[in-house]
Amino acid sequence: MDDMAFLLAVSGLLFTLGLVGVIVRRNLLVMLMFLELMLNGVILSLVVFSHQLGSEAGGVLVFLVFVVAAAEIAIAVPILLLLVRLKRTLDPGAYAGLKG
Amino acid sequence: MIETLFLLVFASGALLGAVAMFFLRHPMRVALALIGTMLSLAAIYAALGMHVIAVFQVLIYVGAVMVFMIYAVMLLDVRDRSFTERFSALGVAGLAGLLLLVGVLLDGLLRSEMPPAAVVEDAFAVGTFAVTFMEGYWVYFALTAVLLLVAEIAASAVIDIRRRGRDRDAADAAEAQKHG
Repeated sequence: MDDMAFLLAVSGLLFTLGLVGVIVRRNLLVMLMFLELMLNGVILSLVVFSHQLGSEAGGVLVFLVFVVAAAEIAIAVPILLLLVRLKRTLDPGAYAGLKG
Repeated sequence: MIETLFLLVFASGALLGAVAMFFLRHPMRVALALIGTMLSLAAIYAALGMHVIAVFQVLIYVGAVMVFMIYAVMLLDVRDRSFTERFSALGVAGLAGLLLLVGVLLDGLLRSEMPPAAVVEDAFAVGTFAVTFMEGYWVYFALTAVLLLVAEIAASAVIDIRRRGRDRDAADAAEAQKHG
């Protein structure tokens, strides 16, 4: 297995660990961090392919994904703060009654 | 050879951080493990010669996103069921899903072939990247900046809606008390 295939395997593992973490952990903040881990796994595979193909467009796309991730966190954390202020818990089971 | 060794060390660091996130109880420690993973990934990008991406990974992810997350952890030091019981009832299903996904990904990886490596000198050096970026992609950059601005306005709006709702509830309660 060459270096690039190895890094692709690492990116797949990071994505999988992130997905499983979102499913099995019970804390909303930790779940948010596992979502970031999934995104990092995807970005690693994007970087590997961009490097392999020598494509500058891939690098630009990675930069834009970074900015979008920052915007996503800027929205997600205030929503989380408001939810916790409402029910005083980080347990996702407490929000099972949300109906939109 | 030395590059392969670097990749191996930092990839191991990234995976160790990711695995540690499962078993650490306090969200602050989970955040620190995630920061370790992100720094290892930045080192991998640097080892691949993609210095611009490595710098952005440290500046944007570790410097902005994770600092924001750590502020949230400090604000929400809630010691409830989510703190005492780390795993939800979906633990076994999650483990089965983990094994299945790893199997599928490894199978796909072993069957596929990587495209031949393109030799592009300094494609990701800071100067080359900056010129390419500002000549070919500045519109997307401007659109992303607008997106970030919209996100900030939306975050403020979310907080404002909640505050107005609370003020209205307080006014209704005062009104009811006056009449009752």
